[in-house]
Amino acid sequence: MVPIAGQKKEKEAVLVLGCPQVPVQSAIALYLMHGLRRLGVTPVVAGNPAARMLIDVSDPLHHYAGEMVDLDTCIADMAAGRRVFDYCIVFAHNDAGVSYAATVQSISGKKVILVIYGENFKEIADSVDFPCEKIAAKAVHNPAPLKKKIDEVLPWLVSNL
Amino acid sequence: MACIESLKYEILIKNASFSECRDYIRKNCREYVTVDPGFPLFEKPVIGVPPVLIGLDGDTVTFPYTKPCYGTFLLRTENPDEASRLRSLRKK
Repeated sequence: MVPIAGQKKEKEAVLVLGCPQVPVQSAIALYLMHGLRRLGVTPVVAGNPAARMLIDVSDPLHHYAGEMVDLDTCIADMAAGRRVFDYCIVFAHNDAGVSYAATVQSISGKKVILVIYGENFKEIADSVDFPCEKIAAKAVHNPAPLKKKIDEVLPWLVSNL
Repeated sequence: MACIESLKYEILIKNASFSECRDYIRKNCREYVTVDPGFPLFEKPVIGVPPVLIGLDGDTVTFPYTKPCYGTFLLRTENPDEASRLRSLRKK
């Protein structure tokens, strides 16, 4: 969408979803999208087909989710400069998630917001050695610890990144 | 990297860290190139923690490959075109 002269372009956040094997991911992603929309940011979801389908089925009218894009296509578009996001949020519960976050940080040049969860959240958080903002909690089935952290930091992150 | 399935590849390391991949490539490949994450390899962007090393031995390319659900693998495949393209990067 081309902004009208004088009108501020709507900000966009990409949510890079990981493997959906940890149950809290979809719930937290939708909660985060709700929070972003309240702060005037449009969420774009990048994930593999299963991760996207979980969001699509949970939010069929896309009250929260915005555009849905294939993960590899999104990374390729960002790397080629065809797609630029104001905020990059990456979900990680394993090494692969951290690798995707490092990739997004490198190709976007922005400080990534890394949402870390799952049984091994501490080890995963400690393995991150590139600049990012971490939101980390031991959340596997119960999203409440991660939700609490998001409530605490999301307005600050949206204002300061 | 959907087309990876169409390549004939060998898995050298499963559940590898990027530092393990780098060490393997430095020790075992005759040449290597360093690329940034997002660099197109076999027509798909490379995922990884920089610096990402890609090894070369003749027509053989050794590279890390990350899948969201399965972690990172170090793969080796023979591909003269990609090996030649990667080698040309070193000459620039």
